[in-house]
Amino acid sequence: MSTDHSLFGSIDDVAANAGHLDHPPRVGFFTDTSVCIGCKACEVACKEWNLVPDDGYNLLGMSFDNTGMLGANSWRHVAFIEQERPLGRQEAGMSELPTGRSATEETADVLRQAEGGGELGTTPLHVRTPPQDLGMPSFTLPGGGTGAEGRTDFRWLMMSDVCKHCTHAGCLDVCPTGALFRTEFGTVVVQQDICNGCGYCVSGCPYGVIDRRPGDGRAQKCTLCYDRLRGGLEPACAKACPTDSIQFGPLDELRERAAQRLEQLHERGVTEARLYGADPNDGVGGDGAFFLLLDEPEVYGLPPDPVVPTRDLPAMWRYAAMAASAFLAAGISVFLRGGRR
Amino acid sequence: MGSNMAEAHPVGFQWVMEGKACGATVIHIDPRFTRTSALADMHVLLRAGTDNAFLGGVINYILSNELDFREYVLAYTNASFIVDERYQDTEDLDGLFSGYDGRTASYDPSSWHYEGASLVNTTGTGDYAAAKEQSGSNHYGSGGPVFEGAIEGIASDSSLQHPRCVYQILKRHFSRYTPEMVEATCGTPKELFLRVCQAWTSNSGRERTVGLVYSVGWTQHTTGAQYIRAGSIIQLLLGNIGRPGGGVFALRGHASIQGSTDIPTLFNLLPGYLPMPTPAHKDLSSYITSIRGDKQKGFWRNADAYMVSLLKEYWGIAATPENDFCFDYLPRITGDHGTYRTAMDMVDGKVYGYFLLGQNPAVGSAHGKLQRLGMANLDWLVVRDLTMIESAMFWKDSPEIETGEILPEQCRTEVFFFPAASHVEKEGTFTQTQRMLQWREKAVEPKGDQRSELWFFYHLGRRLKQRVAGSTDERDRPLQDLAWDYEVHGGQPSAQDVLRHINGQDLTTGRVVNSYLELKADGTTSCGCWIYSGVYADGVNQAARRKSRLDQDLYALEWGWTWPLNRRVLYNRASADPQGRPWSERKALIWWDEERSEWTGYDVPDFERDKPPTYVPPPGAIGPEALRGDDPFIMQADGKGWLFAPTGLKDGPLPTHYEPHESPIRNLLYGQQGNPTRKVYGRPDNPSNPSPPEQHSEVFPYVFTAARLTEHHTAGGMSRQLPYLSELQPELFMEVSPELARERGLQHLGWAHVITSRTAVEARVMVTDRMKPLRIQDRVVHQLWMPYHWGSTGKVVGDAVNDLIGVVLDPNVFLQESKVLTCDVQPGRRPRGRELLEYVADYRRRAGITPATGTRVATAGSLSEVPHAESARHHANAPEKGNGR
Repeated sequence: MSTDHSLFGSIDDVAANAGHLDHPPRVGFFTDTSVCIGCKACEVACKEWNLVPDDGYNLLGMSFDNTGMLGANSWRHVAFIEQERPLGRQEAGMSELPTGRSATEETADVLRQAEGGGELGTTPLHVRTPPQDLGMPSFTLPGGGTGAEGRTDFRWLMMSDVCKHCTHAGCLDVCPTGALFRTEFGTVVVQQDICNGCGYCVSGCPYGVIDRRPGDGRAQKCTLCYDRLRGGLEPACAKACPTDSIQFGPLDELRERAAQRLEQLHERGVTEARLYGADPNDGVGGDGAFFLLLDEPEVYGLPPDPVVPTRDLPAMWRYAAMAASAFLAAGISVFLRGGRR
Repeated sequence: MGSNMAEAHPVGFQWVMEGKACGATVIHIDPRFTRTSALADMHVLLRAGTDNAFLGGVINYILSNELDFREYVLAYTNASFIVDERYQDTEDLDGLFSGYDGRTASYDPSSWHYEGASLVNTTGTGDYAAAKEQSGSNHYGSGGPVFEGAIEGIASDSSLQHPRCVYQILKRHFSRYTPEMVEATCGTPKELFLRVCQAWTSNSGRERTVGLVYSVGWTQHTTGAQYIRAGSIIQLLLGNIGRPGGGVFALRGHASIQGSTDIPTLFNLLPGYLPMPTPAHKDLSSYITSIRGDKQKGFWRNADAYMVSLLKEYWGIAATPENDFCFDYLPRITGDHGTYRTAMDMVDGKVYGYFLLGQNPAVGSAHGKLQRLGMANLDWLVVRDLTMIESAMFWKDSPEIETGEILPEQCRTEVFFFPAASHVEKEGTFTQTQRMLQWREKAVEPKGDQRSELWFFYHLGRRLKQRVAGSTDERDRPLQDLAWDYEVHGGQPSAQDVLRHINGQDLTTGRVVNSYLELKADGTTSCGCWIYSGVYADGVNQAARRKSRLDQDLYALEWGWTWPLNRRVLYNRASADPQGRPWSERKALIWWDEERSEWTGYDVPDFERDKPPTYVPPPGAIGPEALRGDDPFIMQADGKGWLFAPTGLKDGPLPTHYEPHESPIRNLLYGQQGNPTRKVYGRPDNPSNPSPPEQHSEVFPYVFTAARLTEHHTAGGMSRQLPYLSELQPELFMEVSPELARERGLQHLGWAHVITSRTAVEARVMVTDRMKPLRIQDRVVHQLWMPYHWGSTGKVVGDAVNDLIGVVLDPNVFLQESKVLTCDVQPGRRPRGRELLEYVADYRRRAGITPATGTRVATAGSLSEVPHAESARHHANAPEKGNGR
C-alpha cells in the first residue's frame, strides 16, 4: 500500500498532500467515551458557535438521546446506550437485586410494543391506543408479577459523535464544485458559498455524517470550528466539555494520549475498551476525529469497517480504461475485418 | 449520596472524574441509576427516603467493628463527653427521644445536654413549640446552638466506657441498624451495603480520606437535616473532617444559592447567620445575651461586634450607642413566615403583595397549585425574571384556568413584570458551593428595560426613602434613617462599592477592615456581613483574583476568595494531630511550626495563627481565649465536632430512621413511623396520602421521586425558552421499570399519568432498565421518577410535576419533602377540566383522606394521636377578597 496515495492508505502529511506548503500540524479530536457524562454541552456549544438551527422538539425514546443522529442541524450527537453487561469492574448495583427478570428481554418486550419511528431514530415513535383500564379487580399484589430472579448486569454508555475528518474524505473526493476542501489543519470543511447542494458528498461519506439542510439544500457538517482554529482557539465542543471527554490537539499527540489511556483502562479491567478511527491504515486512512469506545462500533451506530468509496477509484478507472481499450480494440478489429471484406 | 452530581453539577463533576483518573473510587448511592452512576465505580440503589437507615447502618458497622479513627475521635469530637442522666434514647421510647410533647409535636431538649452544662435559648422565651415555628435550628446562626459550661470542663470518660458517654450512646442508638435491617428497609442487597462500608472505612484514616457529596436529594426530606448529621457523624468517626480530600460537600441547587444564605433571603436570619430577633428581644443586650452565652467559648462569643457592625452598616450615623444602634428598627419574627406558610397565608387572604425575583414558584415550588391559588389572591405581584415565566402568567394559562379555579376576568392580582438583566449583563459576585466568592464582570449591556437586581433594589429603596422623607410617622423612621449610601455612577449603583460595604469599614479612618477580627461592638466599625469580611482586604476586590491554578499550588489561594478569611478547608486545625503535626505526610494541610511559633501550611489556618497546640486556657477565660490548642471546631461552643448534638436540632440529638411522610411501608425499627416533629399543614387544600399505620396507603402504592436533568434548569425559566436546550429534552416524561410498565400496562413513549391526593400529572412513558423494583421486607416496591422542569410557557410545555407534591417540612430548616412521596400511575392521559378535580377527589375518597390525614405525627407507644390539622378558624379569619375563584 502506498503511503502517499491521495485516495487510499495512510498519509504522513495530509495538508501537504492537499497542497498546503507551510502549514500547522494536523489537528483533530480524541473523544474518550469512558469519561463522557452525556451532558450534551458539546451539542449546545457547537450550535451556539456555528449558528446551527435546532433540530425539532422530538422525544425519541432512545434513552436520553433526543438528537438521534448527526445531520445538517446536529454536528455533534451524544448517543446513549443502555446495555445488559458490566463496564470493566464497575458494580452497577443491579445484579444482586432480588427482584425482576432478565432486564433486556423484558425491556425489549415493552419496547417492541412501540411502533413506527424513523429508521435512523430521528422521528418519534407512534404509539398504539393505550391499554384500557377495564376496572377489573387485580389478582396480584403490587409488584407481585415480578419473579425472584436476579437482575442482570447493566451499564450506560455515552458517546459524543462528530465528523471524522478522514484522511481520505469521501465527501471531499466526490465534491464536484470544490466546496469541500482540506484545510491547512488537515481538517475537512464545506464552503457554504460554493456548495451547490448536489448531494454527492452525502453518499460519499462512509459514516453518514454529512447531510443537506432541509429547505436550504446545501451540505452541512462539523468544520472543526475552522474559524476558531484560525483564531488560535480550540473548537467550541472541546472547550465546553467539562470532563475532557472531547480532547482537541495535534493528532500525533492525541494518538499518543489515546494509546496511554487505552493501556490504563485495560490495566483497570476495562478490557473492552478499544480505539476507533485511530489506525492510519484503515479504510479511510485514519480519522482526524477518533474515539475510545467501550464496545463494538455498531453499538454506537458507527460502521465497523468504514472504507472511503473512492478507494476503488483508481482500480475502477483502470478497469474502465481496460474495458475501453478492449472495446476500442474490438471496434478497430471489426473495422479492420470489415475493411478486408 | 443524595446527589446526581454529573447531571446537576456537570462542571464540578470534572473534578470527580479527575480524582477517578488519579485512582479514587467513586461510589454513587441513589434511588436512581443516573448519569452519575454510569461513571461511578459502584452504584448502590436504595429506596428513596431511607438514607438514615443506610447511614445508620454504616455508623453501626464502624462502631461494632471499632473502625473509627480513635485518636481523632478522642481529641476532636465529643465522643467522651457524658450526657445528662435524664436523657432517653429512641431505643427506650420506641423511636422518640426524651422531652417529646405530642401536643405540640416538639421537643424540650434540656435532657439531651451534657452533664452539668446549661442551655441558652435563642428565642429568649424558653418556649420550644414557639421556637419550632421559627425554624429555630436554622436560627442558631453560624455559632450553632449556645451553651455554657464548656469552659469549666465537661464531664468526660476518655476510655469511652461510661454508659452515658456519647460514644456508648451512639453505639446503642444504632445497634439495630444491621446490614439485614438495611436490606429490609432500603432494599439494598446486604453484600453491596457491606462493600460500601468496607470501601468507606478502608479509605479513611491517617493516610487516606473520603469526601462525601450531597445535594438536594438529601435536603428535600422531612428528615433532611438529620441525613446531613448522619453523614457528618460518619465523617467525624473516620477522621474525614477538616482534612484534605475529606469533608461533607453540600452542592447547592442554584448559582449563588450559597450567597443567598450567607446574605440571606430567609425569614429567620440576618447576614452572616445572625438570628433574626423575636419580640422577646427587648433591646440589643437581651438579643446578644440570648444568641451567645456569657461564658461562651469560641469565636461566636464576638457576635456582639458582628451585630453592631451590621446595624452600623444599615443605619450609618443614625445608629448610636444611645439608641441601641437602631436595634429596634429590625423587624421581629413572631412565628412561621417561611415560604410555604406565606403561600397559605396568601390563599387565606392575609398577604397582599409579593415580590418574586428569579423564582418561579408556580412550577418550582412544591404544591404548585397552592402557590398559584395564593398568587391569584393578592393585590399585587412583582415578577422580575428573564422571560414571562409561569408565575407571571398563572392568571391566564395555569392548569387552574382549565379547571375553572381561576377565572382570568375575575382574578384581581395586578402583576407587574420587570425584565431582568442576566448574569452576563451585570457585575457582582457569585458565591459557590465551596463558599468561594467569584467576581464577574459585565460582558454585555442589558437590552431595553432589563436591569440588574442591584439597580432595582437600589432605586426601589431610594424612591421609598423619598416617599417617606417628610413623614413624621414613627414607623417610617427605619426607612428614613437607612444609610443607603452606595456609590452611584450614571444611575447605576456600584457593585464594587456594595461589596466594600459588605466587607466592612473602620468608621474612624474610613478604611476597609481586613478581617472580622477587626470588627468592634462600640459602633466604630460597620460590616454588611461579618463572614465576608476580608473580601475587600487591603482595598482590593479579592473575589476578582484570577491567577491560574497552574501558576500556584494545589489550594490556589489566589483564585477568588473563600469565606471565612480565604480558608479553603473549614476546621483545618483537624488536619494536624493534637500535637500539631500532620496526621501523615500524604495528608498534610496545616501544621504547627515550632521555630516560627505559628501555624503554617498550604491553606490559611482556620485557627488562631499563634496559638500553640499545647495551649490550655487560663481559668475563667471566655471567647476565643477559652479555646484550647487542640480545639479545632472553633465556632462550636465546646470546640469539638458533635457526634451527638446536645442541643440545636428540633428532631433529636441523633439521626434516626423515620419513614417519609408518605410511605408505603411501616417503619421497621420503631413504633414511631415518621419524623415526630415534622411540620405538617393539615388543610383541605394540602391533603396528604395516607401512610401506615393509617389505612389505605395501598391506593398510592408506588414511591415517587422528582429530579432534574442536565438539559434543563430548575423550573425551566432559563432553559425552556431556548431552542438548543429545549430540543435536547423536549417533553415531560416519567421513567418506569419494565416490571412496573407491565404491571400497569404502560407503553414506552405512550402517555400515562401519575396521581397523588393533590392532582394528576401526565407525561410520556420511558421504560428503562435503569429503574428497578426493590424488595422491601416481604413485598416488592416500585419507584418511578419525573423531571420537574416543565410548565405552561416556553418552547416546550408540559404539566408541572411539583403540583403532585404536598407541603410537609423538615422541622429544622423548613425544607419541603419533595424527593419522596407516594403515588399511583395509570396509562393514558389525565382527565381534563372539572373532570380532573373529580378524578382526584375520587382517589381521596377511596383513600379516606381528610385534612387530618398524615397529621397524627406521633405514632409511638401510648402517645395520644393528636392530629396537627389546622382549625377551620384559620380560614374563617380570612378577610373577604374576591380572588376569582
